[in-house]
Amino acid sequence: MTNITINGTPHQVDADPDMPLLWVIRDIIGLTGTKYGCGVAQCGACVIHLNGDAVRSCVTKLSRATGKQIVTIEGLSKNNDHPAQLAWNEEQVPQCGYCHSGQIMSAAVLLRDNPHPTDADIDAGMAGNICRCGTYQRIRKAIHLAAELQRKEGASK
Amino acid sequence: MKQTKRRFPVKAFVFINLLLAMAATMAFTSGGGNRSTDSSPVTVKKDSITSIKAFRQVYTVLMSARCMNCHPSGDIPLQGDDNHLHTMSPRRGNDGKGVYAMKCSNCHQSTNTPGLHTPPGNPNWHLPPANMKMVFQGRTPHQLAKQLIDPRQNGNKDLKKLIAHADDGLVVGAWNPGDGRTLPPMSHDAFKKAWITWLTTGAYAPKGK
Repeated sequence: MTNITINGTPHQVDADPDMPLLWVIRDIIGLTGTKYGCGVAQCGACVIHLNGDAVRSCVTKLSRATGKQIVTIEGLSKNNDHPAQLAWNEEQVPQCGYCHSGQIMSAAVLLRDNPHPTDADIDAGMAGNICRCGTYQRIRKAIHLAAELQRKEGASK
Repeated sequence: MKQTKRRFPVKAFVFINLLLAMAATMAFTSGGGNRSTDSSPVTVKKDSITSIKAFRQVYTVLMSARCMNCHPSGDIPLQGDDNHLHTMSPRRGNDGKGVYAMKCSNCHQSTNTPGLHTPPGNPNWHLPPANMKMVFQGRTPHQLAKQLIDPRQNGNKDLKKLIAHADDGLVVGAWNPGDGRTLPPMSHDAFKKAWITWLTTGAYAPKGK
């Protein structure tokens, strides 16, 4: 049995320690917001936060997550009101939507580490998340808006 | 009295010089630069022909894809035997471990991920840091040899640390690169032997620019 914590809830998982975390999250725990894209860490659809890092769960083994805090798209905010989620909604970013839980999870790390991202910062931070619908311009716009929302949120506290 | 006065400074002079010579020899044999914690000396026996011959072998390894791909001239690592820019354009970052959601260890696990075109792994996967880029790409044998023994460009390594670096986990990882990747052009044992030979015969740089 492996002890992991997902979105603040502890779980005991009876699975091979080499099982990809994505399998555990989707098939065992039942949280299907995180998507399977390529399976080889090339596309970013499966990005989750592991102790705050935007890891690709398709190549991350269950054993790496033992005792660590996992956050999936379902746990990014309590009411879907993370600045990135609000901005994604405001800018109507997704087309098919498949890649966007990974996009938002990567954007959340970028916004945490750099509250004032430039276009170049966004390109550097988001280059590993592929969108086959080509929504990149709207992603960039939404991240700028999310940064603004985050600043306002910070100022109002 | 005059003779006594003359003899004493001469003896003192000879004694002090002897001490200085011993100190200089010890400093030379320990490699100079930053002090290592191990005080046992490394014996250097200068031999430019043997040294340069060994470095020619070392150079073929360091310029192979398994080494050079993480010592790029720019801030994006390289991939493949053709040394193309890493897909997704991950950036070096200040610490050499990437930026934001594009940290090396977000994809590169502590061990190789099985299968072709999957991320190779190492617990300490990184590029050299931004303040000490240790570029291999584009360096001539002369330039690379000079760079490797300069503590201001080699990560503050003295002779002892350079020798120990042959067994660094990330260096040794080049010989376990994951499925489908070409190995360096000689075994790790042969590389280590050439590396140590080069360093302990004077670390001469091949002539040229």
